Amino acid sequence: MPTKPKIGIYWCASCGGCEETVVDLAEDILGVVEKVDIVFWPVAMDFKKHDVEALPDKSLAATLLNGAIRSSEQEEMAHMLRRKSQLLVAYGSCAHTGGIPGLSNQFSREHMLRYVYEETPTISNDQKIRPQLKFQEQGREVCLPELRHVVRALDQVVEVDYYIPGCPPTPRITQAALGAILEGKLPPKGSVLAPDIALCNECPRKDTKPTNVAFAEFKRPHQKLLDPALCFLAQGVICMGPSTRCGCEAQCTKGNMPCTGCFGGTGRVRDQGAKMLSSLCSNIEPRDEEGIDQVLAGIPDPVGTFYRYGLAKSLLRRKVDLPIS
Amino acid sequence: MNPAAQQAWNEGAARANAAYQQQRRRYTIDPITRLEGHGKIDIFLNDKGDVDRAYMQVPELRGFEVFSIGRPAEDMPQITSRICGVCPTAHHMAATKALDDLYKVTPTSAGRKIRELVYNAFMLEDHALHVYVLGGPDFIVGPQAPAAERNIVGVIQKVGLEVGKKVISMRRRVREIISYFGGKVVHPVLGLPGGVSKALDSADLPKFQELAKDSLEFALFTNQVFHDIVLKNSDYVKLITSPDFTHKTYYMGMVDEKNRLNFYDGLLRVVDPTGKEYAKFPVQQYRDYVAEHVEPWSYMKFCYLKPLGWQGFDEGPKSSIYAVAPLARLNASDSMATPQAQKAAEEYFKTLGGKPVHHTLANHWARIVEMIQAAERILELVNDPEITSKDIRLVPTQKPSLGIGVVEAPRGTLFHQYETDDRGIITRANMIVATQNNAARIAMSVERAAKGLIKGGQVSEGLLNMVEMAFRAYDPCLGCATHSLPGHLPLAVNLYNPERQLLRQLIQK
Repeated sequence: MPTKPKIGIYWCASCGGCEETVVDLAEDILGVVEKVDIVFWPVAMDFKKHDVEALPDKSLAATLLNGAIRSSEQEEMAHMLRRKSQLLVAYGSCAHTGGIPGLSNQFSREHMLRYVYEETPTISNDQKIRPQLKFQEQGREVCLPELRHVVRALDQVVEVDYYIPGCPPTPRITQAALGAILEGKLPPKGSVLAPDIALCNECPRKDTKPTNVAFAEFKRPHQKLLDPALCFLAQGVICMGPSTRCGCEAQCTKGNMPCTGCFGGTGRVRDQGAKMLSSLCSNIEPRDEEGIDQVLAGIPDPVGTFYRYGLAKSLLRRKVDLPIS
Repeated sequence: MNPAAQQAWNEGAARANAAYQQQRRRYTIDPITRLEGHGKIDIFLNDKGDVDRAYMQVPELRGFEVFSIGRPAEDMPQITSRICGVCPTAHHMAATKALDDLYKVTPTSAGRKIRELVYNAFMLEDHALHVYVLGGPDFIVGPQAPAAERNIVGVIQKVGLEVGKKVISMRRRVREIISYFGGKVVHPVLGLPGGVSKALDSADLPKFQELAKDSLEFALFTNQVFHDIVLKNSDYVKLITSPDFTHKTYYMGMVDEKNRLNFYDGLLRVVDPTGKEYAKFPVQQYRDYVAEHVEPWSYMKFCYLKPLGWQGFDEGPKSSIYAVAPLARLNASDSMATPQAQKAAEEYFKTLGGKPVHHTLANHWARIVEMIQAAERILELVNDPEITSKDIRLVPTQKPSLGIGVVEAPRGTLFHQYETDDRGIITRANMIVATQNNAARIAMSVERAAKGLIKGGQVSEGLLNMVEMAFRAYDPCLGCATHSLPGHLPLAVNLYNPERQLLRQLIQK
């Protein structure tokens, strides 16, 4: 009997939502699961790092890795899984583009540690104790891993073969991607395994999308009652749909909230946030500076709006004065 | 001493001697332990080979509070849900309630009911996940069963394939309530200050009414399974009530105006180790009661009752440590809010010797009692004529400055606090996640288990299972602080001899 292809699933700096999606699809794709041998999946199975290390290099057909890279150990794990896998797949927004944890690239590590351990409203720490990488007490020594200065997407650390987008990806695109991997029907290396057209294409509101829009003001979602059938842009509410890849089945707009861009840009777009910013700004109605400022006051957090999931991988990447690693 | 342990001991001693000769050079902990997972325990032995000290560490920090700064407050329900993909709905709802408080807007009645419907559905499916997939297998399959069987597959073998299928399909259907309103089940989007984004179409109501009936039946069935498999086995009951798994601490939980347990809203109530009310306060006053202590050996902060001061990892009347989650919620409330859950709770307290119950492992049973309440509440809500109202949201008009939102997450009380400028842009944020409230008690449980099991340098082979059980009963969502799923926390235990040299490393199998 031919051996089944070996698959690994691993997480780095992530929330566990990607794992939930894999769990959610499990009963749907029993057919696929029967065709593979999962040799590493810490959340659900007890195979250990040393079990994988003991395997020859390239013996895993594919590893799906979710989560961004922040610590030295995550870096090391990414390198090890790269060595062991024929295909390394960045699974979900954090591995794909840095994800929401990537927003911390606007702040220094020292800022974060100082706030969390010395300045929160409930902290009680007069002695300013901080977690230590090496802590000694009566000769006992215990260690903690080091956090790097910035959050990185997976391909900023190791070579990545394919990407499955989303925060989290849907069971459906996961199933399709796994199928493509197993059947060897893969697009060129470096592809994102989801349709390469904008979200608007699959949004139930697409017929109401204005063809020629002029924004006199932007409304934040809590500032008005949202029409459940009308394109958000037509309501003056920022929706990342036009610059975001489809494949999610427009879940957020079906929940009557705008798209926030978790699937990343389409293949033609170098920078999802810049694309959205340029198309919105060219459609602002006022032409004088004061009028423009007034309209833009409706977008108080451009980084969080246009780069919510993609800051680490974008052209901006991080606050200018932060060290890289 | 068995030969393997003897050999490990000899090797450790040899290493210790070598190290001593090299000016007592420290043995560096191999980074493998940290690579193994997101929870780590270091155990140090004294000269007799008994446990001197055990450290339970959380090795990760993502810093959501800091990168929330500069974000519009209305984005917080979606940003903070990414703290945890297992309990995103809890963070989403705590954040949404903090927005109500921030903008001083009371949600419309229908908006509130939809939130409660979604929240109780979440509570039910999340508890079901723990009972059948994560923690429950310890009991349903058995604590002594081979590790390879202590999982959902083992559960299905024990309870039957039909039941297994029922569990999977019920959980999926209940999760559909969340995705109906929230768009997505992982990281939903429904929450806005003053209500929710989406109404319930009356054409879809019959489907949910049917589901609600099935949910209640399922919760009651789960209670029956627990009775048949766990309570009829005196060994299990003995285990639940054993001193190794018992700590006399304070308990915190949310209650309604009649002191009945509530997951979504109410006052916070704290009872002391004898069960007497210690405090009851509106959530806005939480900073007067809850404080966080820092230890240099973990990224996790340890909560305690502020008026009592930090008294160390200790229990009893002088302790300031409190617990949250199902066991604590049942202790901290006078009764359940729904009739069948109340009946189940009465039996629970009768069997376990009355209020308060201090047995950590009783969390499993309390969780099932809560499943019944969640299901009964879902049934009430889908039969409420107002549930299909289109009046689901008020647009806030007040100037924002400070908002505090608290819910009972499946794993305990969850606090979100935001301070903003007058545009509603976050200037400061604070979040205390459920597991943090329990962190001190969990650390105590781990040390207790280690001390109880390791004697004279002998490491019982059951150590990890038992330590894990003490641990897993809390359903610790270190995902909230790290990114592990509850109950499957990859655990590494390092054992050190009196010379502080690594003696043995045990990896959870």
